Amino acid sequence: MPSHPRPTSPHLQIYRPQLTAVTSILHRITGVVLAIGTLALVYWLVAAAMGDQSFDTAQVIAGSWIGRLALFGWTLAFFYHLFNGIRHLAWDAGWGFELPDAYRSGWAVIIGTVVLTLLAWIIGYAARGGF
Amino acid sequence: MANQRGLRNELGRVRGLGSAKEGVGHWWHQRLTAIALIPLSLWFVASLICITGADRATVAHWLGSPINLGVMILFIGALFYHAVLGLQVVIEDYIHGHGARMALIVLVQFAGFALAMAAIISLLVIAFGH
Repeated sequence: MPSHPRPTSPHLQIYRPQLTAVTSILHRITGVVLAIGTLALVYWLVAAAMGDQSFDTAQVIAGSWIGRLALFGWTLAFFYHLFNGIRHLAWDAGWGFELPDAYRSGWAVIIGTVVLTLLAWIIGYAARGGF
Repeated sequence: MANQRGLRNELGRVRGLGSAKEGVGHWWHQRLTAIALIPLSLWFVASLICITGADRATVAHWLGSPINLGVMILFIGALFYHAVLGLQVVIEDYIHGHGARMALIVLVQFAGFALAMAAIISLLVIAFGH
């Protein structure tokens, strides 16, 4: 045993997850997920540029259950990355560093993500006039 | 004091530091594109909701507006710049071999520029026809 009780690196298998750490790694994960999503966006735009037939195919894929599932996941990732990104910009400006503030803003990001994702999909289905 | 520092001024001593050897430029550009993407991405998602399930003619009509086309091109530019900068940080953190890290970063940068170009050309083709 070391004679000085120095802090050790956390062993992630037994380390109790904290909101601040979870929101941090989720920002990175959602960023990578959204970067992968740009491939779908480019495919959709290229299909629209190529003509009616290829665009109809792209719309069928987007409208399939797996397409909608992916789009729902990307909507969640988008709103999370957006809200948590604003949280990071506030930190960059020196605001909200106190632990109670960091926890409050963390929960606000999570709640805002869920609410805006559901709202976006409800409005989307309403605009289409159903499923 | 000046003698201890030698002839190099403070800016000269800090330039080129950081893991990417480019000082604060990467960090700053990531923040600039992040700020730009707040309105741009919200506009994009709102637009997508409005044209969900549309046929090609509706999308073409939407992109026929110079404002929609222009904002869409700005969005694509900021999006891919931000994505490339973000993926670079992830690669720098998790890929430890120098060669593999360098190769992956260059690959992401090339892919990012190629995808952005494909997206912008597609937007122009949709807007102005074949």
